[in-house]
Amino acid sequence: MRNSAAPNHEGAFYQRDRSWHPPAFTPDYKTSLLRSPRQALLALGNTLSEMTAPVFGHDAIGALDNDLIRNFATSGDPVGPRIIVHGRVLDEDARPVPGTLLEFWQANAGGRYRHQKESYLAALDPNFGGCGRTLTDEQGSYWFRTIKPGPYPWPNGVNDWRPAHIHVSVFGHAFAQRLITQMYFEGDTMIWQCPIVRGIPRRAAVEQLIAPLDRAASLPMDALAYKFDIVLRGRRSTMFENRMEGN
Amino acid sequence: MAQPLSRLKETPSQTAGPYVHIGATPNFAGIGAVYPSDLGSLPVSPKTQGERIILTGQVFDGAGVPLRDALIEIWQADANGLHAGHGEHRGVADEYFNGWMRQPVDGTTGLYRFETIKPGQVPFADGRMMAPHVSFWIVARGINVGLHTRLYFGDEEPANAADPLLARIELRHRVATLIAARGEQGDVPCYRFDIHLQGDNETVFLDI
Repeated sequence: MRNSAAPNHEGAFYQRDRSWHPPAFTPDYKTSLLRSPRQALLALGNTLSEMTAPVFGHDAIGALDNDLIRNFATSGDPVGPRIIVHGRVLDEDARPVPGTLLEFWQANAGGRYRHQKESYLAALDPNFGGCGRTLTDEQGSYWFRTIKPGPYPWPNGVNDWRPAHIHVSVFGHAFAQRLITQMYFEGDTMIWQCPIVRGIPRRAAVEQLIAPLDRAASLPMDALAYKFDIVLRGRRSTMFENRMEGN
Repeated sequence: MAQPLSRLKETPSQTAGPYVHIGATPNFAGIGAVYPSDLGSLPVSPKTQGERIILTGQVFDGAGVPLRDALIEIWQADANGLHAGHGEHRGVADEYFNGWMRQPVDGTTGLYRFETIKPGQVPFADGRMMAPHVSFWIVARGINVGLHTRLYFGDEEPANAADPLLARIELRHRVATLIAARGEQGDVPCYRFDIHLQGDNETVFLDI
């Protein structure tokens, strides 16, 4: 039972620390030049339109949705190192975010995406689609199984390559928490050469996107594990807020 | 030294990239075997309360070229101004309305299109009513942090004039960037909401 005097953490969200994120305009990532707003963002205290978010239930999720090794395969397993990615979704006060939807997408082991705009020479894998999703449990924990994606070249500089990464989309419990990010792999020296990564101003913030190899969670003779915790914006207790009656 | 606050830092955003469709709308991307349908793509139920409307438009870059790879999510209240999901404590929203939709822009024209219902009014933090609006979230290659904005309805002039968010916009000519003009498609109201990432008509984006 919750003590009636205990804070209820459903107040407004802490201001987003924009210095921790890449700015909109990151000229070494050329596409950002014409796609970056130049005016100041309009600062707005949260309203119910930002403090609410859709609920996705288990009925929305299929049994193989968190298994990228099996959810597209027809003639065998995809090629590549088998891995498990697991972690927790927390808020800035380290409270778990349960029941939130996570979506993943990635290239195959050769660094090739299954997408019509992809122009890299590496081969498609007939058994790999590259998408998955799952819901966090009551402790905010999640896991999915996949193959480790490969690095790939992309048209930015004449010879820019992306480090191996998995794209992650998180919904959270409020539209203000909506986040898309990318997970990188511990030990990959290409991380620090990437113009997209280098848009993040602080080294410690980049390190927050690098999943360590987790040998303890690895499955013998089966799959290595990487641990990737995700932090969404935290929020004040309504105890600290002056709220109007009926609001 | 003071005590440490020990608060965690929010995970930094990274661009959704050119292949966001694989993760968000795999059926649209031609990966049809994994999910039965793309999340957020289903039409409003015939049982949903409220006036049927269409929202459409394009997302333009700083050169005035429409993006053909953007992904847009919308989030809105039901016809009575209640939200269907987390964080709604004022009442129970329409059980036949999810409030959230997601669509890629068209790969050739850059047009997006949502068939939804007109939302009711939602209160501002101080209790005043906001004008009916739909929250937009735009991600794409070249956008490092997803962009939040709002669509307001061009045929809600009195409510828009009293809206606390619109009132906060100092450069008054920029208010128009959030107001969608009403037209018709068949007999359904169709609101045109173009989003300009940069330039003279840059849309007002929100730090929420």
